[in-house]
Amino acid sequence: MFTLTVNGMKKQVDAALETPLLWVLRDNLGITSVKYTCGIAECGICTVLINGEAQRSCVVTIEDVQGSDITTIEGLPENHPVKVAWIEKQVPQCGYCQPGIILQTVDFLSRVSNPTEAQINDALDNVICRCGSHPRIKEAIKLASEMTAKQGG
Amino acid sequence: MQTDMTRRSFLKKSSLVIAASAFSSPLNLFNASSAKSASELPFKPHAFLEIAPDDTITVWVGQTNLGQGTHTGIPMVIADELDAAWEKVQVKMALAAEPFKDPQWHAQLTGGSSSIRHRWDLLRKVGAAARQMLVEAAAEKWGIPAGKCVTRDGKVLNPDGRSLTFGQLAEAAGKRPVPTDPPLKEPQDYRIIGTQRRRFDIPDKVMGKTVFGFDFTTPGMCIAVVARPPRYGASLQSYDAEAAMAVKGVIKVVPLEDRVAVCAVTTYGAMRGRNALDIKWSDGFRPDLNDETIDALFKAHLDEPGAVAKNSGDVSKALAGASQTLEQSYKLPYISHAQVEPINCTAHVEKERCRIWVPTQGQSATQLTASTLTGLPLEKVEVMTLPAGGGFGLRGEQDPVVDSVLLSKALNRPVKVIWTREDDFANDRFRPANQCRIKAGLDKDGQLIAWSHKVAAPSVMSRLMPQAVENGIDPDAVSGIMDMPYSLPNLYVNYVMVNLPITVGWWRSVGYSVNVFAVESFMDELAHAAGKDPVQFRLDHMEKGSSPYNVLSLVAEKGGWNTPVASGRARGVAVTSCFESFAAHIAEVSVGKTGGIIVHKMVCALDCGTAVYPDAIRAQAESGVIMGLSTAFHEKVSFSNGGVKTANYNEYPVLTMSEVPEIDVHIAKNNLKAGGIGEPVFPSVAPAVANAVFKATGVRLRELPFQRDLLIKG
Repeated sequence: MFTLTVNGMKKQVDAALETPLLWVLRDNLGITSVKYTCGIAECGICTVLINGEAQRSCVVTIEDVQGSDITTIEGLPENHPVKVAWIEKQVPQCGYCQPGIILQTVDFLSRVSNPTEAQINDALDNVICRCGSHPRIKEAIKLASEMTAKQGG
Repeated sequence: MQTDMTRRSFLKKSSLVIAASAFSSPLNLFNASSAKSASELPFKPHAFLEIAPDDTITVWVGQTNLGQGTHTGIPMVIADELDAAWEKVQVKMALAAEPFKDPQWHAQLTGGSSSIRHRWDLLRKVGAAARQMLVEAAAEKWGIPAGKCVTRDGKVLNPDGRSLTFGQLAEAAGKRPVPTDPPLKEPQDYRIIGTQRRRFDIPDKVMGKTVFGFDFTTPGMCIAVVARPPRYGASLQSYDAEAAMAVKGVIKVVPLEDRVAVCAVTTYGAMRGRNALDIKWSDGFRPDLNDETIDALFKAHLDEPGAVAKNSGDVSKALAGASQTLEQSYKLPYISHAQVEPINCTAHVEKERCRIWVPTQGQSATQLTASTLTGLPLEKVEVMTLPAGGGFGLRGEQDPVVDSVLLSKALNRPVKVIWTREDDFANDRFRPANQCRIKAGLDKDGQLIAWSHKVAAPSVMSRLMPQAVENGIDPDAVSGIMDMPYSLPNLYVNYVMVNLPITVGWWRSVGYSVNVFAVESFMDELAHAAGKDPVQFRLDHMEKGSSPYNVLSLVAEKGGWNTPVASGRARGVAVTSCFESFAAHIAEVSVGKTGGIIVHKMVCALDCGTAVYPDAIRAQAESGVIMGLSTAFHEKVSFSNGGVKTANYNEYPVLTMSEVPEIDVHIAKNNLKAGGIGEPVFPSVAPAVANAVFKATGVRLRELPFQRDLLIKG
């Protein structure tokens, strides 16, 4: 048995240490908001936050995250500025990639609070959205950044 | 999105329930309000619309939620004719059932941009009929003529100031006959159609609550990963079942004809179990197939006689008499759907029924597949359609349905079959590759007088709808050529079917997806040869005031075609008409010395008739641009040793954030029948960019993805 801290809660897991975090979250803990897409850290869709940092759960083993705080989309409050902005800008189409992209955005905005267009392009260039929600992702990031600034100020 | 609607859940007392039969002509609506059991209804009891005593209005949708907005757009149409209060409307995914079959295609499927296009009258009549029943019920209660009552925001209003809500009237209305020909609104009276709404499915998608097919689970379920032939036609020679069984979580290894399934209690266990199989395969049908041999094969096909798809006027004579002729070839690769949620299907076969949970675009096909495999009648196959993580035409395919049903039978428990990303690329039903040769003639005034077009391409229809292939012509393989939006006195179209083991399937905008690149690129070449402006040259060959003429004029106006472009940039244009809509794009690009193309801006004009849900239309138009650019710059599936070589996204890049331009969408305003959206916004993207690149550099890009080495200077 193995203990993981997910969204602030300790979870007992029966899995081998080399198992990718993605599959432990999905198979063992039933957290299916963390999506499988490529399995090789290419698309970013399985992204979770590990101690606040966006990481691809398909290539992180549970051994790697011992003692770390793991956050999935459920760990963000429903009124989190990024979630609110995503709804306000009607971002998702199929929506499968969005939890991962939202979590990567949360990490990004924690480091760059008022990003330029170029910084957004750079920070979100390594994730895949096949439907083409990119223009709305950009708008939502700007809106989330404005909302955070207002809340913070 | 609820997917658990059972045959009983909507048959509540005191509700008004209207259902429809798409098989009747003219359309028949039925009052299902008082039915106590399924057998009392003239068809399998599934509703379109239920108005409950608490004023809740439920619209059942039989179309798949692929994120295209249909699950909000369909309720918008019904709610508008009903005069419903929008905040009382909810949507539910229906089971596969007769009433949800496409009225024209007689199958329940989501494709061909047909969801509203094929149901424009049907959906409005459902809302209008319920509205009339509610009005009549109110009029009877008040003892006044129905004509004195008006409806607004979920209420029937009496001229004396009294009002009753739809919920208060539902029971009485439910006892009335359904009017056969209820009056429909005039477009100026629409209060919901054409307005800004929020998609019902977005909050759950943002919160991570949406259960996609891949996420589905049911008690007792196991997960199966299937080893499929790595090369077309390869057969199983040996495998190590014991090694797979030794992997933690694996419960069974099941051979299935040319494949082997590993079933486990976890997804990861099933994947690792399959890796342990150590399978040996035979060489397959065509071990010689690779990118080079395929390319040569297509080229050779262009010299075969082919079949004549169209021969209007006298092309040979017109070409002989032309003052200028032009001939060029174009080439497009096989491409993948690359939808982000891998293929999956869950089935549970029992003695008396079979239940299937699947993010399918083909409900009727799924029902038929399971019925055939289980021997159960169609009505004993319950198909629960789950939200799909992209589809683009692939998700009507039956491979995962077959395997999950066979495995559920073998294991006597629910089985979810999942594909890995590598399975998805290896077993995709690709967009057909295409090579074509076009020859055209211009008269002394630069008018186009003849067009001769020969296409070598595989046939999708030969596999999926063989009855549609007549005299060697797959209509999809020549669409976009036969019906290009130009008046041509002499048009000859010849199709050479390329038969290879590589399986091809429907892919967004189907034949137009491929052929419009060649047609619109060549139109640009002809405009240049005629010394004419590319927009004006196209307009000169269209009927003035026609829809394509208007949409091209609109994109020219909004894209500033006749205004100066920023220094170092150039514009290109392309137009298409398909799926009863009209779309045009202007691309604004610059090209660097090392061949790098930057698309700065894409302007899209779209005429899709009545624009039911403008924000969803804009989202689809953005999607069309991004997917179009992705195919223009990146997408190509590679083959080697008779199988698919491309294995994952690292070998199949799709467009990413830094390459996405500013996208400016303009929707033409009119009150015509609603046309398609998802498909028509795609085809003219890539040719508009290629034409802009020519304007910028003088270099023609006649192959997708663009061969950027052609642009390197010096």
